[in-house]
Amino acid sequence: MTGVVKVKHSSPFKANWWGRFGWVLAILYAIYAANFLDVSWTRFVAGLGNGADFLSEMIPPNFTRWQLLLGNLLETVQMAVIASVFGILCSLPIGLCAARNLLPNWVTWPFRTFIALCRSFHPVIIAILFVKAVGFGPLAGILTLVLASIGFIGKLFAEAIEEISMKPLEALRASGAPFSSVIVYGVLPQVLNRFIGFSSYQFDVNLRNSTMVGIVGAGGVGGTLFAAFQRFDYDFLAAILLSIIALVMMSEFMSVQIKKVFQ
Amino acid sequence: MTTDQNNMQVSLPQRSIRIENLFKEYVPGKPILKDISFEVQGKSSVAIIGASGTGKSTLIRCVNKLIPPTAGNVFISGENITKLQGSELREARRKIGMVFQEFNLVERLSVMENVLCGRLGYLTPWRAWLRKYPQTDIDQAYELLESMGLYDFARQRADSLSGGQRQRVGIARAVMQDPHVLLADEPTSSLDPKTSVEIMELLVALSEAHDIPLVINIHDVELAKRFTSRIVGLSNGGIVFDGPPSELTEEHLKTIYGGASWLQ
Amino acid sequence: MSEIKVNTWERFTFGERMARFIVFFGFALALSISLRTVEVIPEFLLDAPTQVADLLARMWPLDYAYYPQGIHHALMETLHVATLGTLLGVLMAVPVGIMGANNIVRVPALHWLAKLILVSSRSVNSLVWALLFVAVFGPGPLAGTIAIGFRSVGFVGKLLAEALEETNPGPVEALTAAGAPWLSVFVKSYWPQVAPAFWGIFLFRWDINVRESAVIGLVGAGGIGMVLDTALNLFYWDRVSVVLLSIFVVVIVAELLVTNIRKRII
Ligand SMILES: Nc1ncnc2c1ncn2[C@@H]1O[C@H](COP(=O)(O)OP(=O)(O)OP(=O)(O)O)[C@@H](O)[C@H]1O
Ligand SMILES: [Mg+2]
Repeated sequence: MTGVVKVKHSSPFKANWWGRFGWVLAILYAIYAANFLDVSWTRFVAGLGNGADFLSEMIPPNFTRWQLLLGNLLETVQMAVIASVFGILCSLPIGLCAARNLLPNWVTWPFRTFIALCRSFHPVIIAILFVKAVGFGPLAGILTLVLASIGFIGKLFAEAIEEISMKPLEALRASGAPFSSVIVYGVLPQVLNRFIGFSSYQFDVNLRNSTMVGIVGAGGVGGTLFAAFQRFDYDFLAAILLSIIALVMMSEFMSVQIKKVFQ
Repeated sequence: MTTDQNNMQVSLPQRSIRIENLFKEYVPGKPILKDISFEVQGKSSVAIIGASGTGKSTLIRCVNKLIPPTAGNVFISGENITKLQGSELREARRKIGMVFQEFNLVERLSVMENVLCGRLGYLTPWRAWLRKYPQTDIDQAYELLESMGLYDFARQRADSLSGGQRQRVGIARAVMQDPHVLLADEPTSSLDPKTSVEIMELLVALSEAHDIPLVINIHDVELAKRFTSRIVGLSNGGIVFDGPPSELTEEHLKTIYGGASWLQ
Repeated sequence: MSEIKVNTWERFTFGERMARFIVFFGFALALSISLRTVEVIPEFLLDAPTQVADLLARMWPLDYAYYPQGIHHALMETLHVATLGTLLGVLMAVPVGIMGANNIVRVPALHWLAKLILVSSRSVNSLVWALLFVAVFGPGPLAGTIAIGFRSVGFVGKLLAEALEETNPGPVEALTAAGAPWLSVFVKSYWPQVAPAFWGIFLFRWDINVRESAVIGLVGAGGIGMVLDTALNLFYWDRVSVVLLSIFVVVIVAELLVTNIRKRII
């Protein structure tokens, strides 16, 4: 390589102005937003002091009212189970009717709108409305979770159907099979496994959400949690939190196991 | 040992690699490499041949301590690399260029940046992140790419190249390190026969031009005989042949690869 | 042709079928027990249509005039809480995600620590996180931002760790062999490989956070949820409907934005 005259080359990289601009913009935005939200270092530090007090009041967690806690947790699980089953059962036909490769547009769009509506509102908002409609208690929570399940599984199920191979369907149609047989023998076998996958995931999600909808009065452990919080009953709050985490972790473990069974 | 080492450095201005009594066991009690010793100096090239699973890749990775050897020493131009740790090890690794079977380019980066990656050992991470490579490095990279016929591809992404072109970029990256030795782990196994020959020519030419030893793991015995001046045959973790290609007989190949039916 | 060999092939082994049966049976059992013991008053369902009709009647017509005076600022606050919270969460998630990737960090203790952080972040709902931080920092968007951040850590960190674990080890080996310091190896080899996934995760989480930051105000953590809470408590249903409509619009716009940007990145 010696003896070659050194040539001066320009930088081989395009100056990444967009990248640099993006970083500057992100930092400027963070400063602006922090100002807007009145988020400041002093408030943060003051909060840390509170946080220490808060933590010291939470420890040790107080499990003396374990019967109430257990009853609440049980209700939470019941809500999740019922809502999952009905939600999954409902999303099967709704997902089918929303698949654009099976049905004409005028059939699918109302279903797709419904699914989109179920998805766009946070479960807590839906829960508030149901509490007004059917009163406080687990019924409101169950209805909320059913809608949330339809929003999630319905969409994924419709997408899964839209991705299936159309060849078996054509064969069935060509042999003169009625629409219901086309669905049962042509469509469902192709998507059933994915559907089961979504469902076991949705059970997990429903359980997490059913611990929360109680905050607005829709049943489950959330109500007790919120009450403990409002009464500054922080050691009981800690006990509730720990049991929620344990419950959620258990359900995650179970959902993994169930997925293994159906792989 | 240290005085000896210092003497070595003084008496050996040449670029060299020396492996002494190297052992490697992944599972205690089951050595993969048993007492390997050999030395290569200057512009000579060595091909390491051996059946699949005998430990060729392990051997070559023990040289730059990507895999730490269980016992034994490796000297690069007189410096014992097996005792080094942390930044000292990194500085020693800069002197060892390595070429891989699967090229190991960063696919989403440009060809140029892949070549410049060879200089990362000389750069702070901060400068690497900002792509502030020294101008001399950039000039050298362009020259290398030009000499390999890849000048026009400098700004393209590495995953847009063909296998042979990618391997050239991999070689350019290794050369950018300013290495004292070049290691290659089956550099031609993913390439067609013609490209394989071109890559071998390139490696041997670089070894001669820079006056550095070249150690190649290779499965293609013919290619090894044609391009290298020395062949080391491994079998069951030990060296069973070490000599010029002309001395490599079918008997040796039988002990190296086992059986004879494939030798037709 | 005297001997006919029958190759039986069954899709599932006996054990697999048993496992499936147990899952279904378990679910059916749980359902029947739940249905029998849950404290639901079915009569309330009969009353629901009148209640809903009443609700809708009170929601209509929408009090649009309330938007500029009471909603707009809160809506902006919600968006800022979501964005700033996402940035905070990602900032915290990057080190945890790296620690959780078993091809990068091989110290089991650190690995477990990362797993613990990720799991606890995800097990606690954002509303509950918000409650906790309202207790610490007092009501307002500061608590909301930090809650959103803490909730995002688990999600982003888990997906980032998975993306890192899926990277091709070849380039990493090559750069290590060239003597590059660890940080350079990360920046030039892991990062280019996970960057598209990273930005995808970021956008995905931001989309979720827009939804979540709209409700954490219900427990006092700032944003439009607080406006919703006030309107609900005062039975201003015509305002509630405007708030719901604005949340709906923002959520839809955010989703459209994210899907379009994602399409360009990938
Ligand atoms: N990380 C590891 N842990 C345990 N054993 C390993 C490890 N890496 C390699 N081995 C074993 O060491 C032996 C040698 O492997 P190596 O990859 O060095 O062989 P090779 O000669 O390069 O083979 P090939 O020609 O197929 O590339 C093999 O038996 C392999 O199973
Ligand atoms: Mg190998």
